[in-house]
Amino acid sequence: MNLALRDIRHRAGRFVLTAVGLSLLLGVVMSMIGIYRGLVDDALALARAPAAELWVVEGGTRGPFAEASRIPRDTRAAIARLDGVAAAGAVTYQSLQVSVDGRPLRLFVVGHELDRPGGPTAIADGRAIERSHFELVVDRRTGLKLGERLRLGTDTFTVVGRTKGQVDSAGNAVAYMTLSDAQKLQFTLEGAAARNQAARGESPNRQQVNAVVARVKPGHDPDELAQSVRRWKHLAALSQDQQESLLLTSVVEKARRQIGLFTAVLLAVSTVIIALIIYTMTMDKMREIATLKLIGAPDRTIAGLILQQSLALGGLAFVTGTTLVTLAAGVFPRRVLILPADVAALSLVVLTICVVASLFGVRYALRVDPARALGG
Amino acid sequence: MTHPLIRLRGMAKHYGEGATRVDALRAVDMDIHAGSVVGLLGPSGSGKSTLLNLIGAITDPSGGHMILDGETVYDGRWLRRDLRRLRLEKIGFIFQFHNLMPFLSARENVEVVLDLAGWPAAKRRERAQSLLDYLQVGDKAQAKPAQLSGGQAQRIAIARALANNPRIILADEPTAALDSERAAIVMDLLRKVAADQGAAVVVVTHDDKIMNRLDVIHRLREGVLQSPEERT
Ligand SMILES: Nc1ncnc2c1ncn2[C@@H]1O[C@H](COP(=O)(O)OP(=O)(O)OP(=O)(O)O)[C@@H](O)[C@H]1O
Ligand SMILES: [Mg+2]
Repeated sequence: MNLALRDIRHRAGRFVLTAVGLSLLLGVVMSMIGIYRGLVDDALALARAPAAELWVVEGGTRGPFAEASRIPRDTRAAIARLDGVAAAGAVTYQSLQVSVDGRPLRLFVVGHELDRPGGPTAIADGRAIERSHFELVVDRRTGLKLGERLRLGTDTFTVVGRTKGQVDSAGNAVAYMTLSDAQKLQFTLEGAAARNQAARGESPNRQQVNAVVARVKPGHDPDELAQSVRRWKHLAALSQDQQESLLLTSVVEKARRQIGLFTAVLLAVSTVIIALIIYTMTMDKMREIATLKLIGAPDRTIAGLILQQSLALGGLAFVTGTTLVTLAAGVFPRRVLILPADVAALSLVVLTICVVASLFGVRYALRVDPARALGG
Repeated sequence: MTHPLIRLRGMAKHYGEGATRVDALRAVDMDIHAGSVVGLLGPSGSGKSTLLNLIGAITDPSGGHMILDGETVYDGRWLRRDLRRLRLEKIGFIFQFHNLMPFLSARENVEVVLDLAGWPAAKRRERAQSLLDYLQVGDKAQAKPAQLSGGQAQRIAIARALANNPRIILADEPTAALDSERAAIVMDLLRKVAADQGAAVVVVTHDDKIMNRLDVIHRLREGVLQSPEERT
């Protein structure tokens, strides 16, 4: 006969209400983890979009995402000539803010060369850029529709295609355009000071790009190619793997620690709350526990009663919380990625928390004197 | 004469030491036989509850010798390590307030004891129901304690005390919370149990209304047992 379950059923309303409250807390924990996973995924999506195997950036930097990088545009031709390189393309990256129907929209603009690596490899709807001017492929996250027109700088662009889930590490949606459009846009937006400088020939911005991405011929090792690129002093090179782990350590690391810390605090709070609830539930049953002991119930029956209630509370709250977050994932401004492995891991953590939290109640219950069942 | 179900020799209990020492019981000798309903009477603080709790293995004695149902359980120390098991096997408790589990139905409250004793579910249910029928509250099997009257709840509590067939039934002021009519019904039930099951029923009471339903009356005064009065 399960006493824990019957006691819960007896005060189902109170129990469910408590579990729902707790589920919101655990839901926040789950969404923190989901936000972190989303962050990692978003950061990698941008680096993975060109399907490159080699990144060539400015010497002494770890660009183009972790650090600023500028290299001459003609680097691309030099890289393309290397033995083992199948194709290479120059890319630029810039953030800009535009206004769409009066509301601000921040874009992360990727300029790339047509028919060379650097553009989006997966278009969700519409088509890739085909004309060399004034076409845009944007991420769905912008809310822009196919065929929609957008004024950027001095030109009007048309949305011809859309990607799915491509944002920069700050969560801004990505927009692709041709390299020459991107460079003109940059030049326009950098303002008079830069233009004057350029006119004096000091910083020929329009001849610079942020990186060159390359694909490698079969049978060639990207790491070896990176080695040989590094012999040019003004260049640095990273394989795709290096680029990804760099992104994770530099761009995402702080967020990871931040979110990790926050998650730990929330889990600690959850533990305290569960412990308090279970402790109170146990105190409320003091007389029943004393009676049970008096009529001969062993400690394991008493401890089991409390532990089971703690697990039931945590379990119900966890399932509710995870369901809520999964349903609400689309509402978050940044991507919330709920991975089954994380759900499984968190369920183990919640299990542990419930056991730990029940210990206070169990300790109290085991100390209850059976004589307390007697008298008034 | 048969062996007594409860035999106490020199049972003593004191609380505290030195200046604060209270001798709640001093060298109590007592024999209680099967089939009898025994009353423990005395002024407040005279040691009635203490004595009942010693017999019930709830309180540790300070000294003495105690035989319950043929087994020497205390001889200067407990001879059983697991006193809860001892209580489960040998003793049924009835409290002043029924102490039923509010989250269990009347029948489940009786089943708890059988569950602890390891009875399988079906037999448990059958036994609990027949006990409720015996105590004339069979129709209340599904009711929660909050839905029962005081007298009904006390009868369920008696059913629980009887569930595991204990030969010793201890009741501390079982009728204090009941009116005289219901108190009489409860006492008659306890007499019936003692007679039917060959049990010894020990009742602590202040209640004059139930005196005529006791077979033997033991009076306590400042922890000392007076000679018993047999009733007819
Ligand atoms: N846990 C305890 N600690 C200290 N002294 C106690 C304790 N329990 C009982 N006593 C003392 O032992 C004596 C006997 O108490 P007991 O409860 O047995 O009396 P009683 O006859 O049941 O009284 P009442 O009719 O009021 O219930 C009293 O003086 C009481 O103060
Ligand atoms: Mg008393």
